[in-house]
Amino acid sequence: MSTIDLTPDQAGVRTPARHRGTGLEKKRSLTGWIFLLPAALLICWMNFYPMIQAFLLSLQSGKGAKLTWAHPAWYNYARLFKDPQFLQTLKTTFIYLVIQVPIMLILALILATLLNSKTLRFKGLFRTAIFLPCAVSLVSYSFVFRTLFSTDGPVNDALMGLHLISSPVNWLANAGTARFVIILGLLWRWTGYNMVFYLAGLQNIDYSTFEAARIDGAGPVKTFIYVTIPQLKPMILLTAIMSTNGTLQLFDESWNLTQGGPANMSMSMSHYLYQLSFQNNPNIGYGSAVSYAILIMVAILALIQMRVGDRRD
Amino acid sequence: MIVVTSLVVENATVVRPLGPAPASRGVPRWLRKAPTYIFLTIVAVASVYPLYFMVVGATNTSPDVLGSRLLPGGNLFANFRALVAAQDLGGALWHSSLNAVLTTIAALAVCSIAGYGFEVFHSKGKDRVMSLLLLAMMIPFAATMIPLFRMFAQFGLLNSTFAVILPAISTPFLILLFRQSARSFPHEVLEAARIDGLSEFWIFVRIFVPTMRSTYAAAAVITFMNAWNNFLWPRVILVANRYQTMPMLISNFRAGYVIDYGVLMLAVLIASLPTMIVFLVLQRSFANGITGAIK
Repeated sequence: MSTIDLTPDQAGVRTPARHRGTGLEKKRSLTGWIFLLPAALLICWMNFYPMIQAFLLSLQSGKGAKLTWAHPAWYNYARLFKDPQFLQTLKTTFIYLVIQVPIMLILALILATLLNSKTLRFKGLFRTAIFLPCAVSLVSYSFVFRTLFSTDGPVNDALMGLHLISSPVNWLANAGTARFVIILGLLWRWTGYNMVFYLAGLQNIDYSTFEAARIDGAGPVKTFIYVTIPQLKPMILLTAIMSTNGTLQLFDESWNLTQGGPANMSMSMSHYLYQLSFQNNPNIGYGSAVSYAILIMVAILALIQMRVGDRRD
Repeated sequence: MIVVTSLVVENATVVRPLGPAPASRGVPRWLRKAPTYIFLTIVAVASVYPLYFMVVGATNTSPDVLGSRLLPGGNLFANFRALVAAQDLGGALWHSSLNAVLTTIAALAVCSIAGYGFEVFHSKGKDRVMSLLLLAMMIPFAATMIPLFRMFAQFGLLNSTFAVILPAISTPFLILLFRQSARSFPHEVLEAARIDGLSEFWIFVRIFVPTMRSTYAAAAVITFMNAWNNFLWPRVILVANRYQTMPMLISNFRAGYVIDYGVLMLAVLIASLPTMIVFLVLQRSFANGITGAIK
């Protein structure tokens, strides 16, 4: 509101401001630094500093609070490759990543494209319904899915009612089905979230490009592949990196939905990290090495995705 | 309202001289659109069903929940009494609210002024700092969690609200969001305010903040939801059970041998209500804020 009061002055007095000395410029630059100082300091203190510390910790060994430098220095890292439990959680996490992220992103892209249509009715209703799962916490939905997929639960009832199965499936007691339930849960929770990013991206794309494709005789599939996807590439890259990052750090679902079971077969890397670092007899040094393994994988995958994203230009 | 707007758009399409795409000539319009509506309806129902199940489950007895009863029952108050008797619901709600509200206020203040600073007082040095800060987005929380825990333990800050919220205040994502939206802030307004003698800080507070309402709404939705729903870090830092948050309270159900699913669904519902309300109230501003930020 106050912006309107200010505009009348603007035209007449504008020029003198530009001729003010460099002292003012310097003062302004300093003001800018002061404005961003709290945020920058907090990020250094809460992100970069602990990251360096975690690396130093990963070179130490010992149980509990008594830590000594490991011999050799890379001892904890060498142990990673011989730890069947770690390798198992690594494999499980990558199964989640490779299956869930592509399905989710493609589904989100299709949904966003459909909802971007100008002639579609009930758009708001569809959008809200599909995004609504994002308002539920990971812990909450984990327990809802746990209930839905319990042996005597609604999913088994429905499948038996439809005569698709003859006896109840014990979803969470079998490695394959337990992982399937986690992947289904992730899809349910995050597809709408990614869809919102694509919808936002589509709104910034000139609608006439879609119409031009239509006039040129391109069907919806061709339009989607040759018009929508290339224009949304930066957004796809962003969501791919965010989803990869999120999946590699999966914890809440592994902890609450399957509790890592059966026999740790659905346990994620972060779940294992938590177990190592904060439960029973904490081994902080080795835990830090696991956390660095996650960090390195996040960095490598982000780098690959950025490379791939750049190349197709 | 939704129907009216789309009707208007539809009329416009009919008037437009473009005509239908060649591939679909001759097929009635409603039939051509039918697969889209069917697909969207299936996805929408699949998205809402678990939530409906949760809401209805909160009012039913445990056997009814498992028996997939889809109608509301009369067990809501009994479930509530059982929940309150078994768990410190008030305490968990209070801790969750306190954490989420304080995180949101602090994060919006710190990140918006930083984003504004990066854009309005733009310089090469600041650009370099920004790209450095963006790197922090790539650091998984898993990789900082152990040293953070040790640090707060050293300061004697385990179980403190301060330790819960501090790591969540400054995020590169929010700074980026505010920097992008500051781009659309008209420079003339800024100059005019300067000439009027308003100091830089007050220009930010009295002019930038009110004009960027939708960005603040989007940032508030994201931060509040993340803070309210955060589970791993509170679990790590809140060692004593009496400081537990709502997600931690729900997670404790998994320790029980016999779970009352009606009570569980009620707890899950109560934990979800605040974020759902925040989202539904701020939904439009949220979408606008995200759209404005990525232009």
